[in-house]
Amino acid sequence: MAEKTFKITAETGIHARPATQLVNKAGQFSSDVTLEYKGKSVNLKSIMGVMSLGVGQGAEVTIKAEGSDADEALQAIEDVIKEGLGE
Amino acid sequence: MSQKLTGIAASSGVAIAKAFVHVEPNFEIELKEVADTKEEVDRFDSALTKSKEELAVIKDKTEAELGADKAEIFAAHLLVLSDPELVDAVKGKINDEKQNAEYALNEIANMFISMFENMDNEYMKERASDIRDVSKRVLGHLLGIEAQSLATISEETIVIAEDLTPSDTAQLNPVFIKGFATDIGGRTSHSAIMSRSLEIPAVVGAKEVTAKIETGMMIIVDGIDGDVIIDPSSDELATYEKKKADFQKQKEEWAKLVNETSTTKDGHHVELAANIGTPKDLEGVINNGAEGIGLYRTEFLYMGRDALPTEDEQFEAYKEVVERMEGKPVVIRTLDIGGDKELPYLDLPKEMNPFLGYRAIRLCLEKDDMFRTQLRALLRASSYGQLKIMFPMIATLEELRQAKALLAEEKEKLVAEGVEVSNDMEVGIMVEIPSTAVAADRFAKEVDFFSIGTNDLIQYTMAADRMNERVSYLYQPYHPAILRLVNMVIKAAHKEGKWAGMCGEMAGDEIAIPLLLGLGLDEFSMSATSILPARSQLLNLSKEELTTFAEEMLDLDTADEVEEQVRKAFVKA
Repeated sequence: MAEKTFKITAETGIHARPATQLVNKAGQFSSDVTLEYKGKSVNLKSIMGVMSLGVGQGAEVTIKAEGSDADEALQAIEDVIKEGLGE
Repeated sequence: MSQKLTGIAASSGVAIAKAFVHVEPNFEIELKEVADTKEEVDRFDSALTKSKEELAVIKDKTEAELGADKAEIFAAHLLVLSDPELVDAVKGKINDEKQNAEYALNEIANMFISMFENMDNEYMKERASDIRDVSKRVLGHLLGIEAQSLATISEETIVIAEDLTPSDTAQLNPVFIKGFATDIGGRTSHSAIMSRSLEIPAVVGAKEVTAKIETGMMIIVDGIDGDVIIDPSSDELATYEKKKADFQKQKEEWAKLVNETSTTKDGHHVELAANIGTPKDLEGVINNGAEGIGLYRTEFLYMGRDALPTEDEQFEAYKEVVERMEGKPVVIRTLDIGGDKELPYLDLPKEMNPFLGYRAIRLCLEKDDMFRTQLRALLRASSYGQLKIMFPMIATLEELRQAKALLAEEKEKLVAEGVEVSNDMEVGIMVEIPSTAVAADRFAKEVDFFSIGTNDLIQYTMAADRMNERVSYLYQPYHPAILRLVNMVIKAAHKEGKWAGMCGEMAGDEIAIPLLLGLGLDEFSMSATSILPARSQLLNLSKEELTTFAEEMLDLDTADEVEEQVRKAFVKA
């Protein structure tokens, strides 16, 4: 299993477009990918799950990937996050 | 007998055509026990596939016709249909509980809809309608109900509906759909925004349109005044045909002026700028050919939240505005709050007389931590374009000097930190208190510009609250006393080689424009939609002729006399 914690710096948090990008990216891998925020964990392949968390600016989120391509999945998601969503 | 319904004018223009009442198909969903769950899952999958194919077509069409940003909503709809939380939950109900696909989908969709509707965030609440829209599409396929298609309408039609969903509006072909009217919605609802991008006349929130109108009835939609006329008389038809033609002609005339400069017939140039409240207003500003922003009210950044905005948040907003104006001047007014505009988190005491009370610069100079944060954000944004700072409600030179000193201190700190700050940023004041207008010659030596705030200047000069109906007759923009004050301010600025603008409602008023031009006003800042009409008016005015005329107006006795003279000489009937 691979996991990493990020800080969301985008002013609007994980809304609309960034959420769409993350979900699309996670969907390209066979591993199970989850997003954890404030003790709640959702499937990162689910747009409604991700948006239901209401992740705002300054939030710390943890991404976990489990499966055969877990490392690649985590790396790809990290790339999406660093493109303007957080660090 | 014709009948008139009134709603909210969502998109300008007049449409006259037969009505098409768009009714939501009635989905009767019953719980059934299915014998072959595999077959039921297949049926659900195939309804999903068909829905995705349709959405992909709508998305491409929207992207081609209206641009990628308008198509984004359908990308989100497609993701909902692929969402494992939704799809797996529905399949789970089919497999484990032997429920039919329609019932299972409806249950799961409703669960998500109520979850999003209960979120404390406008954006999330809107997502509920996305899920409703998408699930209806799939349900239609499952039940074999043809969704009534707006896309197949091929004669001139006005669409009447309770509300229009994104899927509905995406199918509206502006060649045939001449206008629409809805029962619910406001100026910022999805349907209203779409009507403006499609430039078709629309009235929303007219409450009873679906109840009173039947398909085939003759309808007029007046998106200028927000009226819907059902079964009009021949006189009404003639009146609205003319209104429609006039609007069309006017719009064509104005549209030609978007990229023109604002120049009088004798070649004098003035700047026509726009007033804005948030970066969202910029689209209208750019579409209407503004030559700058004459007033950016920063209050909105502070309102509708429970704590002060941070320096970074403010910086981003100011930077976005100056960058998108591409080097054109942007006058940003520092916080004008207090009095009638409250911020709950500042916990300001209630006042007997808020307009004469603790507000704007008075409050900022005392709460200087808050003020310094705003000044730093403005200074940081100043290197991204032509940003000018304006202080509101200045009554004395001491206030101006104090505000400028704070600005200088923050600038010095930023420079010491190595932050890039513009070196030639102009600093001006809003002239809205009579003492400042009367002593404008003193102020002119210590500012780079004046902007006359007429809404307050008039009510302070006449000592009349314009919201109080019994004294609102005293709110007289054309009164010679007001014109004399305006004249003093402009002349004082010019004597020191500074410029004078105006950012009240008066600046976009067709009676005031000839007078202000004659008095020498350099910049007129108004709501974006007034810019093109004002530019078209200026083309027919002569600065030289008006200079003498305006001087004469200062010596009349009453506002009515001034108005009559201007109308007679310079305003077309």
